[in-house]
Amino acid sequence: MAEEVVLLDFWPSMFGVRVRIVLAEKGIEYEYREEDLRNKSSLLLQMNPVHKKIPVLIHNGKPVCESSIIVQYIDEVWHDKAPLLPSDPYQRAQARFWVDFIDKKGEEQEAAKKEFIEVLKVLEEQLKDKPFFGGETFGYVDVCLIGFYCWFYVYETFGNFNIEAECPEIIAWAKRCMQKESVSKTLPDGKKVFQELMR
Amino acid sequence: MSKGGEIVLLDCWVSPFCIRVKIALAEKGVEYETRAEEDLFGDKSDLLLTSNPIHKKVPVLLHNGKPLCESTIIVNYIDETWPSPPLLPTSTYNRAQARFWADFIDKKVFDAGHNIWASKGVVPETAKKDFIEILKQLEGALGEKDFFGGDSFGFLDIILIPLTSWFYTIEKFGGFEVKEVCPKISAWMNRCMERETVAKVLPDPEKVYEFAIMIRKMLGIE
Repeated sequence: MAEEVVLLDFWPSMFGVRVRIVLAEKGIEYEYREEDLRNKSSLLLQMNPVHKKIPVLIHNGKPVCESSIIVQYIDEVWHDKAPLLPSDPYQRAQARFWVDFIDKKGEEQEAAKKEFIEVLKVLEEQLKDKPFFGGETFGYVDVCLIGFYCWFYVYETFGNFNIEAECPEIIAWAKRCMQKESVSKTLPDGKKVFQELMR
Repeated sequence: MSKGGEIVLLDCWVSPFCIRVKIALAEKGVEYETRAEEDLFGDKSDLLLTSNPIHKKVPVLLHNGKPLCESTIIVNYIDETWPSPPLLPTSTYNRAQARFWADFIDKKVFDAGHNIWASKGVVPETAKKDFIEILKQLEGALGEKDFFGGDSFGFLDIILIPLTSWFYTIEKFGGFEVKEVCPKISAWMNRCMERETVAKVLPDPEKVYEFAIMIRKMLGIE
């Protein structure tokens, strides 16, 4: 029987990647459909009305949602090749426990990321059309905030998001600050901070 | 040795997550020993801390000394280890659907309820709306069926029914009644309560309410 497999996904998604990997492991052919998360397709909304999120696997027209559930489903349907879950029930329970742990921590990180962006957006509001938080000149708030700029590269890399895309005014402000010698000579380089962290 | 070996459950009477495990074991006719963790806010037993070092929470099921944690995972394990009568659906697709709704319940129901009964001062309207909306989504999943899995009581019913022992408390603080806002869920609850395996382990809602009041006093919001 010809199996029709469609994956609704978003290329940077850590959760979508799980499904792509298992499909590759099992040698399953599928149609990949890229979703624009700011403009979700009617198919996505129809197939995942509860969460409206990717990834969604559509198998012979029927949707399966939630990445760890999709992975288990694929493992059960295509059980002949490259089995992923152990066959022993206790080992299976242990494997599920650790995925649950990863997902819980991942959710906390997602929440932290959203909060971080929200915070930056609130600050952007404060900035409005001014070159600096203090107005025409670099001031107290600018001094206290600019130190975070060297960590943006770390946050972006770990969080897999682009701050400039979300908060372009903040980045423009940071670059203005960097034109001041006191800042550019003092602020550590973002990439160096990242390297230090990875040591 | 009882059917299936030595089974110990680290338990707390009021925890809906522990109740899930108790119902599942009862459905399978498996005997087990309960060890009550009474002091969940103070000293946890050594056994709990060594069996569940990551989360330090109940329930923990010890099967021949080997620990299993996280109630939904434990219920899955019980179903796989003692296959009769089956709790999860036989079809792979329906199993994925059951897991989806179990995940939904785990992510949403307890916290939404908590936002109502543990709220300081006036319960926000948004908290009430969110909770009712969640129940309505579950009503959608139930449809016209007697139980979430179909004609027979199963996995998803076990995952949700223990949380309903907190509904009386949530209703009192929220100022609404589940049987009015979600009659299908209310009818499903009554059907589940007709089962001995459920009726025997679900705590008295009044006692849960008293427990909630005690927690609120402890948190300084009562």
